[in-house]
Amino acid sequence: MSRDRYSRFRKFHQAKWDEEIIFELSVPGERGVLVPKAEAAVADEIGDGVSVLGGLKRKKAPALPEVSQMRVNRHYLRLSQETMGTDVNIDISQGTCTMKYSPKVQEHLAARHPGIVEVHPLQDPDTMQGVLEIIYRTEQLMKEISGLDHFCFQPGGGAHGVYTNASIIREYHLSRGDYKRDEIITTMFSHPCDAATPNTAGFKVITLMPDENGFPPIEAFKAALSERTAGIMITNPEDTGIYNPRIKEYVDAAHAVGALCSYDQANANAFLGIARAKEAGFDMCHFNMHKTFSAPHGCMGPATGAVGYKDFLKPFMPVPRVEFDGRKYYLDYNCPQSIGKTRSFLGNFGVILKSNMWIMQHGAEGLKEAAICSVLNNNYMMKKLKETRGVVMYYDFGVGKNRLEQVRWSWEKLQQDTGFGTGDVNQRLSDFGIQHYWTSHHPWVVPEPFTLEPCESYSKDDLDEYCGVLAEISRECYEEPEVIKGAPHCGPTHRVKHPEINDEELIAVTWRQYLKKKGLKK
Amino acid sequence: MSKNNIVYPYIPNSVPEVKAEMMKVIGINDPMELYEREIPEELRFKGVMNLPEPIYDEYSIKRHTEDILKKNKNASEYLCFLGAGCAPHFVPAVCDEINGRGEFLTAYVGESIADHGKWQAFFEYASLMAELCDMDILSIPMYDGAQAAASSIRMANRINSRGTVLIPEKINPENMMVLKNYLKSVPEPDIKIVTLKCDAAGLIDVEDLKSKISQDVCAVMIENPTYLGSVEVKAEEIGKIAREAGAEYIVYTDPISLGVMEAPANYGATITCGDFHTLGLHMGAGGCQGGFIATFDDMKYISEFKDLMFGITETSVEGEYGFGEVLFDRTSYGSRDKANEFTGTSTGLWAITAGVYLAIMGPKGMEEVGTTIMQRSQYAAKKIAEVPGVEVNMSAPFFKEFVVDFNKTGKTAAEINEALLGYKIIGGKDLSFDFPEMGQSILFCVTEIHTKDDIDKLAYALKGIVSR
Repeated sequence: MSRDRYSRFRKFHQAKWDEEIIFELSVPGERGVLVPKAEAAVADEIGDGVSVLGGLKRKKAPALPEVSQMRVNRHYLRLSQETMGTDVNIDISQGTCTMKYSPKVQEHLAARHPGIVEVHPLQDPDTMQGVLEIIYRTEQLMKEISGLDHFCFQPGGGAHGVYTNASIIREYHLSRGDYKRDEIITTMFSHPCDAATPNTAGFKVITLMPDENGFPPIEAFKAALSERTAGIMITNPEDTGIYNPRIKEYVDAAHAVGALCSYDQANANAFLGIARAKEAGFDMCHFNMHKTFSAPHGCMGPATGAVGYKDFLKPFMPVPRVEFDGRKYYLDYNCPQSIGKTRSFLGNFGVILKSNMWIMQHGAEGLKEAAICSVLNNNYMMKKLKETRGVVMYYDFGVGKNRLEQVRWSWEKLQQDTGFGTGDVNQRLSDFGIQHYWTSHHPWVVPEPFTLEPCESYSKDDLDEYCGVLAEISRECYEEPEVIKGAPHCGPTHRVKHPEINDEELIAVTWRQYLKKKGLKK
Repeated sequence: MSKNNIVYPYIPNSVPEVKAEMMKVIGINDPMELYEREIPEELRFKGVMNLPEPIYDEYSIKRHTEDILKKNKNASEYLCFLGAGCAPHFVPAVCDEINGRGEFLTAYVGESIADHGKWQAFFEYASLMAELCDMDILSIPMYDGAQAAASSIRMANRINSRGTVLIPEKINPENMMVLKNYLKSVPEPDIKIVTLKCDAAGLIDVEDLKSKISQDVCAVMIENPTYLGSVEVKAEEIGKIAREAGAEYIVYTDPISLGVMEAPANYGATITCGDFHTLGLHMGAGGCQGGFIATFDDMKYISEFKDLMFGITETSVEGEYGFGEVLFDRTSYGSRDKANEFTGTSTGLWAITAGVYLAIMGPKGMEEVGTTIMQRSQYAAKKIAEVPGVEVNMSAPFFKEFVVDFNKTGKTAAEINEALLGYKIIGGKDLSFDFPEMGQSILFCVTEIHTKDDIDKLAYALKGIVSR
């Protein structure tokens, strides 16, 4: 049976297994796997091997479940079926996350090739020339894509990349004996990490609010700058999908007071080959290789925050640097001004490899095509969604003005009319086989928000299906409120009683804590 | 379709007819119009990026990449005795089966209903790790063990507002570099690092600890097993000294040791942390690390975690499990710069995998793997010590790793490791760079994957090399 001929909707039901918690599957004595044992000759010579631990020998075995292999495998396969990854849905929902297709050819190599899987990160560089070559080549690609001079792939995620940049801003000023620069300026529509990571790195953070244009007025920005400003850390386009056309003025003003400018390029998908950090004047940037460059998100990692710098910041970059002497690749630790490391070893190599392969399959033309199609998709969707009852587009500047890769929408009107807000719509969405959408980072500046990013992976038919679903849910809100109230109807579970748990009595983040609170302690 | 007439398989709307249809709906004639109205001329990149010629077809990109990867020597064709924070371990096939599932592989921050399975898998990861650590509370994972150590120290600092941390001088150098950066602030560090003297096996000098402990110490952190492999036999005493001074006691551990070694919680640790890459993950050139922090059930600790926590709860249907966010405002997603440090995408897929590993291993499996590692590593140390001129001077029992002293052989550690490659052996970690006072020493790592024959081959090779 295919989709409904007229409505084009699917009669979807997600897998619902009512699967037990793994501990409930335990049968004393069952084994999931047998592990290698020392040979008799070894045991004869050494003994049991563990008596030497004396008082540090474990007295009571960990209370792990005892489950046969088939049951463990079935358990986790069921849990995977109760998870709506990009591979199985039209994943436009998670705006700001660029849920693009992650080509299988990349995944298979990264997950299976012994030239990655079985390589130790501390091997002699001569024995891991392939790893270093991929990193070096990827650095060359990223240099051209951003226009900056050097790249490092050590950070383990986007926020981690931004943190690395905050650390470099700090070390740069301290190295110059400039100890008074203790402020970082960011904007409210920049990702929360642009505020949180500089704070962790030791800075005070100034967050500027947007005006009616969707970004802070240049006057407010200039007023916040001073001899205490160490740097600015901002996203452009911000999470609204609005590109700040005066960005260069902001950067120039920051430079004029001696601050560094860090470009959060988590939202870079629409800009490949179109606009770069260099032309906007930034000193450093970061990209999410797991978003823009197609590596999968893996239930929140492993990931890579690629960080790029202008030449004058090279001395502060993490070690080791991967260099090439014309004959072979080597690791350079001799960087006395370096911040050191933000992650062990060379970062998440598998993610770097996948990104490299994706870029190499597209080339300059293909990257630009990806960017163009992502903007085309978004504007096509905008056209349709603006006609949806109850939807409001904030910062809508009318005919002739567009958005780039994403839009932060609002159900404000729907809520006024029907009482149903963005949370209600979101609960219903998964009944149509679509992942819950991303509302907004906190705080909600746009009321009843939802953020959609239809990147280049999605076909016109996908976009039509998605828009049709939102229109249908809107109709239900107005005409069939009971359907919305009970949603979701077709998921692995029903509406969660406490989606936010702040009461100490209700906190149970592990099975043992749960049993204790329920008075069921083993 | 771009100028070069390619329809890209990963870009469905690159078909010219589809694109034209969509442009018509939007009311434009050229997609570049969308940019022209938004991005000022001077900020637009002119021309074409200077990137290598693309490799369009799937077979050719696979071949191209494989040709580069072939240049890596690896642990399937070589014997690998390298550890130091990443080690070759047995990975049950089910672990790869589960983390290769597209649903998990490509999911992200979806909410608890459509991603119910992911939330449950995270809850189970935390629950299984809690049993292993004999503690109650974990968040979702961190980037790696180094991050876990760094955040443990910051947690301690937030709990007691003290400004110094005591750590062994011979801690994992990778972790030390991360700590040094992470504890800094402007202009002075938030938390000052003071190191504790260690012996050649990495064990802490307790007298030195006693002389340095004070009311300003937020935490004493040890590694157990230590970076150099030894078991910190005075761990309980060290913890007592720390806690009597009102400091937190952080123990950084290798979770695969905890089937045979006592859980740090049971010898005084208030915070247990480490890297779980040893639980069902490959080495992956360092790409399979993952950090964890565990504590007891106490709001003093719970409210100081920096990452998301998924709690089990009820749904509108009686008896059905659901999951919710716990104390969301702790995190930077909820409170931006007012949060506990920062959070973000880390190593979720690897945490799920570590959960699978613990579920499949069970208590017996963990005990057996720990036992095998101890037996074989002791056997290896014994065989290597029999090589003339080579010494193994571990002052305490050790788990998985041990230091081999080559100072009397007249050969450098680098020379030994290079010669081992000739025997198709990837040797241990050369310690002469990070710990020059140890001279020419190598940290060897022996796990459950190394057979007696493998170990005998290593000893044989070393014998041949040093006698040359």
